[in-house]
Amino acid sequence: MNKVMGTYHVNEKGYYGEFGGAYIPEMLYPNVEELRQNYLKVMAEPSFQEEFHQLLRDYVGRPTPLYYAERLSKKYHTKIYLKREDLCHTGAHKVNNTIGQILMAKRLGKNRIIAETGAGQHGVATATVCALMGIQCVVYMGEIDIKRQAPNVARMKMLGAEVVPATSGSKTLKDATNEAIRDWINNPVDTHYIIGSVVGPHPYPDMVARFQSVISEEIKKQLHEKEGRENPDHVIACVGGGSNAAGAYYHFLDNADVNIIAVEAAGKGVHSGESAATSALGKDGIIHGSRTLLMQTNDGQITEPYSISAGLDYPGVGPMHAHLYKSGRAEFISITDDEAMTSGLGLSQLEGIIPAIETSHAFAVFDHRTFKEDEIVVVNLSGRGDKDLNTYIDYFKL
Amino acid sequence: MNRINKKLQEDKKLLSIYFTAGYPNLEDTVPIIESLQDSGVDMIEIGLPFSDPLADGPTIQESSTHALKNGMTTEKLFDQLKNIRNTIDIPLIIMGYFNPMMQYGVEAFCKRCQEIGIDGLIIPDLPVDVYHEEYQDTFEKYGLINVFLITPQTSDERIRFIDSVSGGFIYMVSSASTTGAQSSFGNTQEDYFNRIDAMNLNAPQIVGFGISNSETFNQAIQKAKGAIIGSAFIKYISSNPVENIPQFVEKIRA
Repeated sequence: MNKVMGTYHVNEKGYYGEFGGAYIPEMLYPNVEELRQNYLKVMAEPSFQEEFHQLLRDYVGRPTPLYYAERLSKKYHTKIYLKREDLCHTGAHKVNNTIGQILMAKRLGKNRIIAETGAGQHGVATATVCALMGIQCVVYMGEIDIKRQAPNVARMKMLGAEVVPATSGSKTLKDATNEAIRDWINNPVDTHYIIGSVVGPHPYPDMVARFQSVISEEIKKQLHEKEGRENPDHVIACVGGGSNAAGAYYHFLDNADVNIIAVEAAGKGVHSGESAATSALGKDGIIHGSRTLLMQTNDGQITEPYSISAGLDYPGVGPMHAHLYKSGRAEFISITDDEAMTSGLGLSQLEGIIPAIETSHAFAVFDHRTFKEDEIVVVNLSGRGDKDLNTYIDYFKL
Repeated sequence: MNRINKKLQEDKKLLSIYFTAGYPNLEDTVPIIESLQDSGVDMIEIGLPFSDPLADGPTIQESSTHALKNGMTTEKLFDQLKNIRNTIDIPLIIMGYFNPMMQYGVEAFCKRCQEIGIDGLIIPDLPVDVYHEEYQDTFEKYGLINVFLITPQTSDERIRFIDSVSGGFIYMVSSASTTGAQSSFGNTQEDYFNRIDAMNLNAPQIVGFGISNSETFNQAIQKAKGAIIGSAFIKYISSNPVENIPQFVEKIRA
């Protein structure tokens, strides 16, 4: 690969290339500024690092295995390793970030947590760490999603969180995020907002990426043990907002030898009008305080994306990923509902692992492009499929 | 001189009214503006509706959603306003979020505003530092005054910076809240009003958020140059005809 490599990490002003920044109303400025001034300092404290890693180890169950998928490798004539984030406590990578942010909130003296959630995975991961720390938790969730994701609503309630329906706009993830931001405007002093992805105003995309970067940190170590080399040839991850992808790419971003593959949800087809392929369909703009690519009308109204997977139907994408796309650093592939479902079934029957539908999108890449026999491909298996059983049942008439 | 600055020089307390363009009906924009001027309102903020208005409470959110459903767009609003200066001489400000302006093209947007006779802009999610570095020259080229918000949480240092960048007035948000959130002012507001007054800023201040009746209006203008009413007016117009607007304004001024 012969690409001119700059850095793909955030710069000191909070931008990835032309994307990022903090386009926030003045009412949010003190909250975001407090975080911006403190997040790196707090994360660098030895006591923070110690507590963070102890919880990741003893509570989350890290390191997660890097598993050589032999039958899958044979089928696609290449060497495929799976990073098993599905084995994290609560069933997905989301908890890496919520553990980090709850510790951050405690050090900033906050005693109330708010979060947004779409499918409910981030809401559950947030409710979990709030229960763990005994901190009040309010989760905003679109009214429509509350109906679609009843089991996760029940989990959050059982964990002691209050689930507040977002009834504005389209009543889904973007509106839940709007409601969480409005809550933060109205509660500027005691509340910390745990954003679930690498989105939102700076420093959120960078902070969340750093908490998730434990994924690629472990990949390097584990690959070294297994293959005698730290860097795979390809890293594949699905991208909605992009937090599992940011974590999987993080330590490879500035290494041109590693090819980065980002997989978006094409829904019923990129140009079907029912899609969530933000890189292909999005235009430069501002969503939730970040300058990035987002799906919108010509008039600048944010539109509602569609994907069979509730975790990928966000109309924007994190600014890091917008930059990876625009600069050509990453290869972007969009996968339809049908392709994702088929590959989810395939993984289940080849490897005995039922993936989350989000993650199924990443595996469909093997039917889209070939890899060389001696290449090492790491797929971030971001979550398990328990939460999606009803969708799998309906789709395959199981 | 810009109409806003001229108005700020008048020896009176100012009443500014915000409404969402295209609400309750798509073609209400011009009649509402005319009725507000006839009622003696000093300044008008025309809300350009956005699908995701982060800083707004339920009233303005709903009016925005409704206006978009009615078919309001940036181009449509400019079209409605193209002859507005034939009948209206009070300052007109467009208030909206930055994304629709970006899609229109920031320079094209400013140019069109100047052609129509818009005097200023309020863009809650365009931070003062980004404006200062990237857009100030463009706004000034087209004679537009950009208005910035401050809140009770804004530090003195930042208020001084905002004051230095402000060409018109400072929009003083009355409390840490979204629009339309509260119904009365307490000691916190009084302390805040006094603190800002004591800073002797160059730009006059106009108070907004939480002003819904003559009581809150009179409290707000004790120290400040004027006050802005938004959500309360939207609520009124949602259940009253345009002809009744003078009654609403009269009650505020009482």
